[in-house]
Amino acid sequence: MATDTGFDVAVIGAGVVGCAIARRFAVDGARVLLLERAHDVLDGASKGNSAILHTGFDAPGDSLELDCIRAGHAEYLDIHDQLNLPLDRCGALVLAWTDEEQAALPALMAQARANGVTDIQPMDREALLAAEPNLAPSVRAGFRVPGEALIDPWSAAHAYLYQAIAHGAQLRCRAEVTGGRRLSDRWQLQTTVGEVQAALVVNAAGLWGDHVQRLLTGESWFQIRPRKGQFILFDKPAAALARHILLPVPSKVTKGVVVCRTVFGNLLVGPTAEEQDDRDTAMLIPETLAALRQTGQAILPALAGQEVAAAYAGLRPATEEKGYRIRADRGQGLVTVGGIRSTGLSAALGIAAHVARLVGGAARRQPDHWPQMPVLAQGGRRDWRDAGNEGIVCHCEWVTQREILAALDAPAPANSLAGLKRRTRVTMGRCQGFYCSARLAQLTEGRFTQPFCGGEDGNAG
Amino acid sequence: MQADIAIIGAGPAGLAAATRLAAQGIGRVAVIEREPQPGGIPRHCGHSPFGMREFHRILGGQAYAARLAAGARAAGATILCDTTAIALLPGPALELSGPGGVTRLSARAVLLATGTRESSRVQRMIGGQKPGGILTTGALQGIVHLNHQRPFLRPVVLGTEVVSFSALLTCRQAGIRPAAMIEPGPRVVARRGAGLLPRLLGVPLMLTTRITRIIGRDRVEAVAVEGPDGAHQIAADGVLLTGAFRSEAGLLAMAGLALDPLSTGPVIDSFGRLDQPGFFAAGNLLRPVETAGACWAEGLRAADAIAAHLAGALPGRAGALPLRIDGDAIRYALPQLILPAGPGRHDHIQLRVARPVVGELRLMQQDRVIARQRIDARPERRVTMPIPPGLGQGPLVLALEKRR
Repeated sequence: MATDTGFDVAVIGAGVVGCAIARRFAVDGARVLLLERAHDVLDGASKGNSAILHTGFDAPGDSLELDCIRAGHAEYLDIHDQLNLPLDRCGALVLAWTDEEQAALPALMAQARANGVTDIQPMDREALLAAEPNLAPSVRAGFRVPGEALIDPWSAAHAYLYQAIAHGAQLRCRAEVTGGRRLSDRWQLQTTVGEVQAALVVNAAGLWGDHVQRLLTGESWFQIRPRKGQFILFDKPAAALARHILLPVPSKVTKGVVVCRTVFGNLLVGPTAEEQDDRDTAMLIPETLAALRQTGQAILPALAGQEVAAAYAGLRPATEEKGYRIRADRGQGLVTVGGIRSTGLSAALGIAAHVARLVGGAARRQPDHWPQMPVLAQGGRRDWRDAGNEGIVCHCEWVTQREILAALDAPAPANSLAGLKRRTRVTMGRCQGFYCSARLAQLTEGRFTQPFCGGEDGNAG
Repeated sequence: MQADIAIIGAGPAGLAAATRLAAQGIGRVAVIEREPQPGGIPRHCGHSPFGMREFHRILGGQAYAARLAAGARAAGATILCDTTAIALLPGPALELSGPGGVTRLSARAVLLATGTRESSRVQRMIGGQKPGGILTTGALQGIVHLNHQRPFLRPVVLGTEVVSFSALLTCRQAGIRPAAMIEPGPRVVARRGAGLLPRLLGVPLMLTTRITRIIGRDRVEAVAVEGPDGAHQIAADGVLLTGAFRSEAGLLAMAGLALDPLSTGPVIDSFGRLDQPGFFAAGNLLRPVETAGACWAEGLRAADAIAAHLAGALPGRAGALPLRIDGDAIRYALPQLILPAGPGRHDHIQLRVARPVVGELRLMQQDRVIARQRIDARPERRVTMPIPPGLGQGPLVLALEKRR
């Protein structure tokens, strides 16, 4: 295979962070190559998360993580309209259910203010129940964080990718990096689809970040410790039960189980936080899902009669330390972006700006091109409302044939059913493909690199 | 758009109601169907027998579906295919979407006949990974009969209901050889003797066995099970989830219509009415799951009730007697609200048992037994009990007394 040369930057890993970094460099004028080992983008840690745009109110003070969340949140607010991305500024309620949790509230509020999130509002039990009438009456006290918001985790990342591509970036899927060496002024990377050369390499390989680091430099200064999160997703009628994002008082170990709507009109409960060694396999455990359901019902008792539409499990690329593990080695032309364990969606744009600053790249430019993302959020102007939609194929999520065909012809087309699900929401609803699998098999015939085999294909949330 | 009667779902129940209402010339009848062609589930079934009750002959699923649709059109009903009901609105009215975009349809009465679907994997709480190749019978039959494709070659089949055996036949027809048929309970759920079929087809039948994990990243590689011989893995390239039907009631839930957690369908009164004015329901939406012929008969009955409603001839809902279930041997019972005589009335209680039972079924009111009948039934058998005339006051209670 011929060597592909002439790239300024090669980004390894097309998760939300890799896509945001590719966007930043491409917009700033660099020739960017984005390498992804899976059939499609967003196939690792980015495929399952709680879809919240955080303010950083509870992030560790004076941390790089806090800076990136704040910057990422602000940039998302700046650009989402131009990319046609949704934003539901519903706010969050942090809820205390015990004496101990109630006693922890003042310190949490002080931390939020110290983190620059100054618009929080303390709330007593009556105010909480007035704001969320379906909350269990045993709630004690809490506070409101108005800036916490719901977004579409996949459309956001796809938008960053499509914007990168509009500015000349190239994406290679099924391109696993198998080795690399530094030549005098550039990297030569071996991948499963050929050799490439680039002046700068950004390791954004997520769950395989330390592995890639060892491939490139012979050692890794951080170790990935995968942390599994399981979620359950209730069917749409349950979304009426909560307006805000409902957060627990965090423990030392985890932010805890969140109950919140999604922009798609479901209600989500999760995640768990389970350490494991396996980086590839996120098992659903029925007992854990049942316990999550119980946790949800303890917060919103009316969840008891509601139907579960889906369950999913994701892996966060945590490391042996709590913070982000971002380091630039300018002499070596290598930036490592590791340990983006649970706030990557909120921080991605901020991380990208930080990485660009670290390597002292060209002055930050405004994008010339603004791809328009399809509207997938409930309440937005979905395609089924408009003439020429060619009919609804997925009846649970109201996905039209025109939307499916567009995703198969997108700047980075869906290569697998999982990728198509994330781009359109097909089969994500209550019937999980009972009705539309046959039609999807026809529409996608010959279009996927990972052939269709139906149903809950390919791990998407 | 306007119609006098809007029917959602062009399956056996919806088409039967449409045919009868249109033939009576009561008004414009519009049937809303989300698939490209009318017919409902029978259209996806390659097998016989359909049509004995309706046409006095044995038809395959697709021929039966075509004949029902032709009958409705000949009677004057309009069938709008490729049209999805997005929302039920007060009035009654419907928000619809088709290739031309969104429209609103108001009507004097709406019949909901949206049918049923099989439970998905998450609803069965099966653990493990989420690879491709996990399908319900409905999805498999669409892929095999409509597309002539094979999604897998050696799946594990979960379930032993009637539909599970129809899934085995679909597999055989497509050249798919299941690796095993698995049933969590101690015996085959479908009627006695059904267990012979897997043996004839060379498919091992494993009772008292549950799936603990599905294994595989991109597609199914193995299924971990636990049974009488302990835990082991079965090499397979797919999982076929059969049965465990539930009502397709999402539209109703979104509209805030009352649902019955036991039947999974709507709460209906004796005339198939729901708790918002102008809405009726019939067919497998009411409960999982009856034959096409039973749904067709329910559609005819709903047509009579709707005709009476439009003529102002249905009794009000005030004074309806709630039907309650005592104990857990009865899985569900319909209708949930019982009214005295009138046109198109459900004059029987229909029920299913949760496990095989032999004993006596008793209908009680204020601690008095007002009707009783012997029962010897398994979960797959539909049981009906006539509602006695001259009901008194107070809720009705349905109980099952086991034979001693």
